[in-house]
Amino acid sequence: MQKILIIGATSAIAEATARLWAARGDALFLVGRRAGRLNAIAADLRLRGAAAVGCCVMDACASESHAAMLDAAVAALGGLDVALIAYGSLPDQKACEASVDLTLREINVNGLSVIALATLLGNKFAAQGAGSLAVISSVAGDRGRQSNYVYGAAKGMVTLFLQGLRNRLARLGVQVLTIKPGFVDTPMTAAFPKGALWAKPDAIARGIVRAIEQKSDEVYLPAFWWLIMTIIRHIPERVFKRLSL
Amino acid sequence: MTLRSWGQLPAQPAADERWWGDRSAALPSVDGSMLAYGNGRSYGDVGLNSGATLLHTRGLDRLIAFDEQSGVLACEAGVLLDEILAIFVPRGWFLPVTPGTRFVTIGGAIANDVHSKNHHRAGSFGCHVRRFELLRSDGCRRLCSPDENAEWFTATIGGLGLTGLITWAEIRLRRIDGVSMAVSNTRFDGLDEFFALNTAAEASHEYTVAWIDCLASRPRGIFMAGDHLGGGELAVAPGKPLSLPLTPPFSLINGLSLRAFNQAYYHRPLPARTVTHYAPFFYPLDGIARWNRLYGPRGFYQYQFVVPLAARVALVDILASIAASEQGSFLAVLKTFGDVPSPGLLSFPMPGVTLALDFPNRSAPTLALFERLDAIVAAAGGRLYAAKDTRMSGEFFQRSNPRLSEFLPFIDPKFSSNFSRRVL
Repeated sequence: MQKILIIGATSAIAEATARLWAARGDALFLVGRRAGRLNAIAADLRLRGAAAVGCCVMDACASESHAAMLDAAVAALGGLDVALIAYGSLPDQKACEASVDLTLREINVNGLSVIALATLLGNKFAAQGAGSLAVISSVAGDRGRQSNYVYGAAKGMVTLFLQGLRNRLARLGVQVLTIKPGFVDTPMTAAFPKGALWAKPDAIARGIVRAIEQKSDEVYLPAFWWLIMTIIRHIPERVFKRLSL
Repeated sequence: MTLRSWGQLPAQPAADERWWGDRSAALPSVDGSMLAYGNGRSYGDVGLNSGATLLHTRGLDRLIAFDEQSGVLACEAGVLLDEILAIFVPRGWFLPVTPGTRFVTIGGAIANDVHSKNHHRAGSFGCHVRRFELLRSDGCRRLCSPDENAEWFTATIGGLGLTGLITWAEIRLRRIDGVSMAVSNTRFDGLDEFFALNTAAEASHEYTVAWIDCLASRPRGIFMAGDHLGGGELAVAPGKPLSLPLTPPFSLINGLSLRAFNQAYYHRPLPARTVTHYAPFFYPLDGIARWNRLYGPRGFYQYQFVVPLAARVALVDILASIAASEQGSFLAVLKTFGDVPSPGLLSFPMPGVTLALDFPNRSAPTLALFERLDAIVAAAGGRLYAAKDTRMSGEFFQRSNPRLSEFLPFIDPKFSSNFSRRVL
């Protein structure tokens, strides 16, 4: 039985992942902003076989509340083996361009608050000399594109931060996993028309569980996004700047 | 998005499709009408809302509570029967009534008041619903049960999604001791033989159903009776089914393939008694995901009717009409309904005999055949199953559902479907 903390537990990908863990009998601690949704998800996970499910309401942007949340999770679970950071918000790029406030707010949600939590969790796992920190970043963080660069910049910052953290913690026996989903059909992307590249949250969830088990460092989900992003990353900037991606 | 129903018949898409997965949220305010869309297994147009809003409710899939003593399960309305089986079969519980596919949502099972091979004992799905919450477009939430808001309860069961949105429901599961079914198979030749076998089997078996070869000059078929078997293990169905990855450019079901299939199926070596897993017994077609693509890009119709037992001679006329039209059906499933009353005002099951038939869409000749069949069913005092229909006339629907006038006041003014606009 694994003791697992999920921050952003009401997100579609997190919920699908939690169900896989519940079905194999793990103990879960769910963190999110909406108490009603958390309680509904907790009841569901208990019925699906979770050994125990605890909840804590927290806004991830309130970094002063992070330490108390982690203490509560460790106390409720009786330890900590895995932490998954899964929240995020997909900003309206056009609106960000017109508002510095909104841009900074989105960078804070998707970037800085995640770095704060990863620092705290990284230190916790370093102290116990074991653990898996899994963070949902995005393929959007691999290259800045005009259609989505505020979100991309925040995710890119997370990806780079996790690289460094992994480099620091690897020798201590701590796994740091960067998860880079492509297009996922979730409420966050409800407004987009869906094509062949879109994946279901359940498929992403299976990839996350597997990548944690296999002690992976970085994973594109679905895996074909590795190829797409490798190509996109290698387009010379003087060409790239003329594309409308 | 080009959303089609299970029959794959072409239809105009919805103008607006939304994810609706939070049971405590309000319904969106939309300009036109809206309709809940679960897992898209209705054959016809009860689940479509062309040019207006569809609320995708598969995200409404949380379990809420389970009572280990009584077997009462509370869950959100977008939960699939398949998910309930996966979670509760290993704990020794089974669905009280299950249709021929496990890929339907709880909300869809209630809204169509589905039935199973155990109708003669258990009645329809609605008989096992304890209560549910109905959310209306005016924001009102009603807890509906036989004791509370009973008129809303009876309007919504079999109400084709028109009375509002079912957010969650409580159903009673039944105990099983193992996943195996004891099944007996008997060939029959002629409808009299079917009815004789059926009468005897209903007294001693929980599940009964027959497959018939409607291409044969005289209706013949295989009668199956089954019961849950105790003492086995409780492993869920085998893994991922085979899938038809794309729609072939033409129907693979035609006169030739049909005749060959029916001959072979009727004459295949048939053990009189077998033991099988529940999945192939209840869900033979779920073994091939997207089997509906077999019929090609034009899609297919399913035609299912019920006539009172007293008028069962109508079956002979119907089978003769089908044979004369040379549009045979691949899947012809024959079953009698018992006299357990269906709770819904518009529920399909009534005491009698029901036959379900698939027809490739050949446009005019197929529709002309259905007109002839409608006339026979209507004269016999029967009706069609709305969950499978795409073409019956409003006049026939209204005449064959005597409690329709009681139902009409419960329709939510903002809810509508292609089916309701066609027949009401």
